[in-house]
Amino acid sequence: MNRMKVDEEEYWHSSKFKAFTFDDEDDELSQLKESKRAVNSLRDIVDDDDDDLEKFSWSGEPVGSISWSIKETASSSSGAFEGRDSGLQKGSSAYTTFPKPVSSYSLSSFFKGRHVAFSSTALSETGVKSYAPELRRPKAEYKDYNSDWSPKDTVRRMQKGKICSLERFRSLQDKLLLLDEAVAVHDGNVITAILIFMKRTLKKAILFRELEVRQVALRHLIHFLKEIGEQKLLLDLLRFLDRMEEAALTQYREHLSIQDADKRKEFLKGCVGLPFSSEDAVHVQDHYTLLERQIIIEANDRHLESAGQTEIFRKYPRKASILNMPLVTTLFYSCFYHYTEAEGMFSSPANLKKTFKIPDKQYVLTALAARAKLRAWHDVDALFTTKNWLGYTKKKAPIGFHRVVEILQRNSAPVQVLQEYVRLVEDVDTKLNLATKYKCHDVVVDTYRDLKDRQQLMVYRCKVERGSPEEDKIDGILSSSQIRWKN
Amino acid sequence: MSPLDRIANVSILKQHDVDKLYKVENKPVFSTSDQLCFLVRPRIRNVKYVADIVNADKAAGRTRKYKIIFSPQKFYTCEMVLEEEGIYGDVTCDEWSFYLLPLDDDIISMELPEFFRDYFLEGDQRWISAVARALQLLNSLFGPFTRTYGIGRCAKMAHEVWRELAEENEGDAQARKPEIGHVFLMDRDVDYVTALCSQVVYEGLVDDTFRIKCGSVDFGPDITSSDRSIKVLLNTQDKVFNEIRNEHFSNVFSFLSQKARKLQSQYDRRRGMDIKQMKNFVSQELKGLKHEHRLLSLHIGACESIMKKKTKQDFQELLKTEHSLLEGFDIRESTSFIEEHIDRQVSPIESLRLMCLLSITENGLIPKDYRSLKTQYLQSYGPEHLLTFHNLRRMGLLTEQAPGDTLTAMESKVSKLVTDRAAGKLTDAFSSLARKSNFRGISKKLGLIPHVDGEYNLKVPQDMAYVFSGAYVPLSCKIMEQVLERRGWLGLEDVVRLLNGNEFAVTDAGVEENPTWESQRVILAVFLGGCTFSEICALRFLGKERGYRFIFLTTAITSSGRLLEATMETVT
Repeated sequence: MNRMKVDEEEYWHSSKFKAFTFDDEDDELSQLKESKRAVNSLRDIVDDDDDDLEKFSWSGEPVGSISWSIKETASSSSGAFEGRDSGLQKGSSAYTTFPKPVSSYSLSSFFKGRHVAFSSTALSETGVKSYAPELRRPKAEYKDYNSDWSPKDTVRRMQKGKICSLERFRSLQDKLLLLDEAVAVHDGNVITAILIFMKRTLKKAILFRELEVRQVALRHLIHFLKEIGEQKLLLDLLRFLDRMEEAALTQYREHLSIQDADKRKEFLKGCVGLPFSSEDAVHVQDHYTLLERQIIIEANDRHLESAGQTEIFRKYPRKASILNMPLVTTLFYSCFYHYTEAEGMFSSPANLKKTFKIPDKQYVLTALAARAKLRAWHDVDALFTTKNWLGYTKKKAPIGFHRVVEILQRNSAPVQVLQEYVRLVEDVDTKLNLATKYKCHDVVVDTYRDLKDRQQLMVYRCKVERGSPEEDKIDGILSSSQIRWKN
Repeated sequence: MSPLDRIANVSILKQHDVDKLYKVENKPVFSTSDQLCFLVRPRIRNVKYVADIVNADKAAGRTRKYKIIFSPQKFYTCEMVLEEEGIYGDVTCDEWSFYLLPLDDDIISMELPEFFRDYFLEGDQRWISAVARALQLLNSLFGPFTRTYGIGRCAKMAHEVWRELAEENEGDAQARKPEIGHVFLMDRDVDYVTALCSQVVYEGLVDDTFRIKCGSVDFGPDITSSDRSIKVLLNTQDKVFNEIRNEHFSNVFSFLSQKARKLQSQYDRRRGMDIKQMKNFVSQELKGLKHEHRLLSLHIGACESIMKKKTKQDFQELLKTEHSLLEGFDIRESTSFIEEHIDRQVSPIESLRLMCLLSITENGLIPKDYRSLKTQYLQSYGPEHLLTFHNLRRMGLLTEQAPGDTLTAMESKVSKLVTDRAAGKLTDAFSSLARKSNFRGISKKLGLIPHVDGEYNLKVPQDMAYVFSGAYVPLSCKIMEQVLERRGWLGLEDVVRLLNGNEFAVTDAGVEENPTWESQRVILAVFLGGCTFSEICALRFLGKERGYRFIFLTTAITSSGRLLEATMETVT
């Protein structure tokens, strides 16, 4: 053991200067070695000898990571990092008291021999071991360098950003111990790293089976697969876990990255049969149908617009394509450009309403907004007019009339139109409020009359213009002997 | 503004021979430099972006030097990508252990907005060690913490990891006199309600309306009353802002006009001055007055703009609905308000926010409402939000009431039966990241809805509820208040149970407690997953009332908008 320590110190002293350079001259050399190693690892697949120590690496070549070379770190993050620094300068005695995480991901430890076995006494030694910052590959002597870490020590080293050979964790039990250890220390980075290793060295069925009872690790793998975009494996995993709905949604998600509308439509068509919840299945079907319709409408309208024969398109050129817009936007568009079309036409509002079972309320709101924007007050009127069986007409709205007023007002409807709807607002206070706000004098006056509120009426008289018809009307009412004023 | 701007702005970087700055986004970089340096978060997406550049250079036969600086640390997955892309060795990697960005005298941000989605949606624990390291850094700078409290799974884990780190570094801080008395760690999912409420204190409103980035806000031409936008740093240095940031919005106007009058009178003093006095005035006061004038006009402009926006979107009605949701009144009415909101295609985030509030306060929506609101939402804002709904359900932010609570009952049975770690895996399988909210019960137990006779006095508030117009005391802050008062969780068992446990209180045995030390009144409030300005204001208020000084450490400043945007799926 002592011998080891001396070796280590020698190693440190001999290499400490080089550890700080970016451009190691022997980078190229080590790259060569790396390729050689890669070739060697191929051989492993062919003949399965135990020369496995160089098979696995997430990373390639060691490059001294010099996080503290960036000034800001040193100043902003205090002594912690200076400590690290000085630890390096002073050698081993210093760094035992400064066991700082050294964030070098040097590969060295990856390629360490596994033939030097540690006895049980090694445990006490590992404490010191783990402090040894791995800045670079310790040249040729790495064979002497022991890395037979226990799962616990391996995880600890990895937590500090050092690289440990995971290759020697070959039995399933060892791999699982390693994983459980990483989960126990809550380090997501290490958990994922070990999962990548396990994914590479275990067959799917086994990996999945083990993760099923390890939910924390499982979530990490799922997230990793999502991030890296390994969709197929992710779907296999979700199906294995019998999370069919999630698998379906994961597949559905892919449509987001398909730009071309036709391709997207085809993709969505493929999604329709997936095992969504019954509720979501309808939504996905609707999504497909909607895009299908939009493609038809878009092609048609683009043609109409460019032909320049249709008045509505000339008067109100389209600002954007209707592709991939929400249903309500599509309905608005259809109410705007295709309001009068028969239900048989895909682009007609009636067709959309029927196909997608749009509730009355939603339909009326949207149609109202569209027609008001065009200042088509007749259409607005028709929207709320119903006939009863005796042929009397009546105004009805599935939304409160105060909303109708608001939408009309926003589209600068004239007072005559506005006041008709203000009159229909049920709540008297709201009605008065709106009427006053939008200067619907008739409504205000009539409401006060109906309330028999003489005082308010007199107050209001001061607000209207002198000599205006409103004033005359108020005077007429005030002098009426028919009304029994309450005040 | 980005975190980098706060540390080294463009001119500093230029002084250090940085030729040109590019934003990391999916666009090719056209640079003639033969060295490229990438400062990025350790994300696969970012490394792939670098890989594309390097590989494009390789294909064009161009050689350059590349360096990636990962901040705050490098992840194994990043190197895996470098290797897979065949550029390992072509690129050198560094780490910049940048954990803490002081945004203000009392706010430290880790600037890790992705913490929220990574942990609370995906269940990825990659940032836990970053939080632990941030704590360790503070620990080594300001001495040991006397007591640590916390609640939430992530808080617990971060605390454990930090303890490990602290033990390894023993001797670093122990000898020092503690400068921070207490630490309180809290998971964002302990209290989603507060984060989802509309903010009505000035700083919160500015954030909700204009998005404060890294402590700075872009005021557009409509506010600056000029033809360009101005970046304004919002912190204690801004004298005007400092006086109104914590105020309820309704007080801000009167304050500003008062201030304007005062300023006017100070200007007016110059009348009737003799030449010497005038010289004095110009050389000493005028500059300050002018500066103040500028700030004043900016904040008045901001107020106007906020008012305009808020009246347009029926803010009053919105707040009314929110308040009834918090109190649990008129649920039907609120539901139809939300429905109408959706039908009218008012902002997708706002609609979602209200739905989530409804769900959390009611422990889920009734299935009929859930279906109909969801359908209408998809119709109004796009079918792809199917994915958003799935995510929200997983997080427990927007759920459907289950016919019976069978699973939860089983869950609690199992967790009662098993205590050892091996069996703990079993309970884990049952409980997803989503938790039941139990908001109503918690609210009752902690008295989160103040009952005031008559009007709540917003000018001279009595409690933290003022940050929500007196309608609601932020849960997160209330928990902290209670625990600090009781010096532990004793007596809060019922609340803790409703909050799904994971609470802890640890006293550092090595630190003697001396109540006379000023430091014992200093509390580090750590928010895992982000905290809002409203919470900061509420705790500042509590601090003033009880003689505490709160320092905030958050993974990022958050708001309902940011939180909900994080639950949406975007093309990567």
